[in-house]
Amino acid sequence: METSAPQTAQKPTRPQLMLADGGLVLEGDFLMGTIESLDLQQDAAEKIDISRVGQLDTAGAWVVVTLERRAQAAGLTPQIIGATSLQSDLIATIRRNMPDADVSPPPTPTISDRLEQIGRRTVAGLRSTMEMVGFLGRVVATIIGLLLRPQRIRWTAIVHHMQQVGLNAVPIVSLMAFLIGVVLAFQGAAQLRQFGAEVFVVDLIAISILRELGILLTAIIVAGRSGSAFTAAIGSMKMREEIDAMRTLGLDPIEVLVAPRVIALILMLPVLGVIANFAGLFGGALMSWIELGVSPGVFQSRLISNTDVSHFGVGLIKAPFFALIIGIVGCYEGMQVKGNAESLGSLTSTSVVLSIFLVITADALFSIFFAILGV
Amino acid sequence: MADDPIISVRGLVTSFGKHTVHDGLDLDVRRGEIIGIVGGSGTGKSVLLRAVVGLLKPVAGQITVFGENVRDTNAEDYRRLRKRWGVMFQDGALFSSLSVQQNVEAPIREQLDMSAETRAALAAIKVRMVGLPDDARPKMPSELSGGMRKRAGFARAIALDPEIVFLDEPTAGLDPIGAAAFDELTAQLRRALGLTVFLVTHDLDSLHAICDRIAVLAEGRVLATGTMAEMQDVDHPWVQAYFKGPRARAALAQKESL
Repeated sequence: METSAPQTAQKPTRPQLMLADGGLVLEGDFLMGTIESLDLQQDAAEKIDISRVGQLDTAGAWVVVTLERRAQAAGLTPQIIGATSLQSDLIATIRRNMPDADVSPPPTPTISDRLEQIGRRTVAGLRSTMEMVGFLGRVVATIIGLLLRPQRIRWTAIVHHMQQVGLNAVPIVSLMAFLIGVVLAFQGAAQLRQFGAEVFVVDLIAISILRELGILLTAIIVAGRSGSAFTAAIGSMKMREEIDAMRTLGLDPIEVLVAPRVIALILMLPVLGVIANFAGLFGGALMSWIELGVSPGVFQSRLISNTDVSHFGVGLIKAPFFALIIGIVGCYEGMQVKGNAESLGSLTSTSVVLSIFLVITADALFSIFFAILGV
Repeated sequence: MADDPIISVRGLVTSFGKHTVHDGLDLDVRRGEIIGIVGGSGTGKSVLLRAVVGLLKPVAGQITVFGENVRDTNAEDYRRLRKRWGVMFQDGALFSSLSVQQNVEAPIREQLDMSAETRAALAAIKVRMVGLPDDARPKMPSELSGGMRKRAGFARAIALDPEIVFLDEPTAGLDPIGAAAFDELTAQLRRALGLTVFLVTHDLDSLHAICDRIAVLAEGRVLATGTMAEMQDVDHPWVQAYFKGPRARAALAQKESL
């Protein structure tokens, strides 16, 4: 077995290029790691003598062919002399495989190109909004269809997802709400103490947590936790053609994959919201006691007498809507995944950002709505 | 020098949990040959490849490549060793965020200090050498067919002019014409670059067409090594079934008719 590759591990000698007797003489080892020191901007020559070359690999052969091409461009017919048969084979292979000219760089975009790009992006954005609304419609129709024929509901899947998005999220959600309660009490106390109105900290905590923060922050955590998980799970199924396999088996991916996730989220987000409310009030009460000396008994009686239960209702009524947003966005983005891993990653992050954005937008709309109603 | 094995595996033991894959496996690969590693599913062909290139730590045994121990090298030695081999994984394992050109340039960029123009020129040659058209270079891996991805993976494996290339099932999933073209490519690049090829395969046609020797993996060790003709005489039920089954006869008949 004959081979032309470098066989020895000894340190290669420096390649050199010089002009002698009207020809270029190459000397040394022409290898991947050594040719960088060469200056290829040589004068063209009729002869390229490589008889003194030690080792030659594809990079070295590339040097030889480049020199040959330069000579040809100058109108000469260069000859390569002194090559062993293996070396000339290698040089011939490289000559055959060397692309002719470098592809010219892409033209710089003009203003009209940029305008076109803006237009395309706008249309694409509108189109994907339409598609998402269409997806929402299909999911809602599927869920209603399931309610009409309850024997088709996949209880195992729903319970599984309820555990994933609900039960497993309880520690993080309650810790987060507890800390928010602590922070509110702490900050509220600092301001209210100036007016001697420390006891109003109870109203501050109760209303802000029950009405807004408890459910909003829970939804944000769930969007980051479960929305991204939905996108990743459905997206990787899409990548491995599992979704197509389901369709060929006559299974509707919306019914099998999306509906259980959305239903589980709609059922569990209110529960998580209630847990967050309790944890937040507990944190607030604890901090009020430590920081302001508002005893738990006082906190409790003020909470009951001053805070209407409607605040709790206003907060909690938003939960199913937030759940729907997170579920729909997470599953929709998952279904958009194409064949490569790159799109899975970017769509997962899109899913989280978009669902948090939409949850906050929805919260703002609810605020306006309740303000108009005067609740 | 010529008779020193370029890869030598002695007493290799690998296991996943309680499941032992290799149990005292010995294998020698000679310089410049194409060795085909065959074996049933789950006999650890790919695991052997991963152990030899140092991706997987074996429980026991010695693996030397170029006379250096792969297991006990420090990071610097391993880096140096790694420059001298290239690996092509089953589906090419191209970096999905880089174009074909950038994929082939990646090993050069990491290992050598080379100007961008030289690097691009060398990568372009490698892309052509594996039979991809020039317009494939700016494409992303997701835009390529399976066969093109494998070729691009091959181009990346030979980017640094390695002495050994490891190919993991290069013809799996290719149509017969594409598979034959890939075999031809392997043989041609071996001639042009003086490669040693470590070929994990199931493809009897590849074994017939390009392999100098074949090593059969079964029962946790190398059951037999030898040429295709020698395999016909190995007295083991699996080897008999593999090399004398209907597909093997078809491959043999095809070769003889050429």
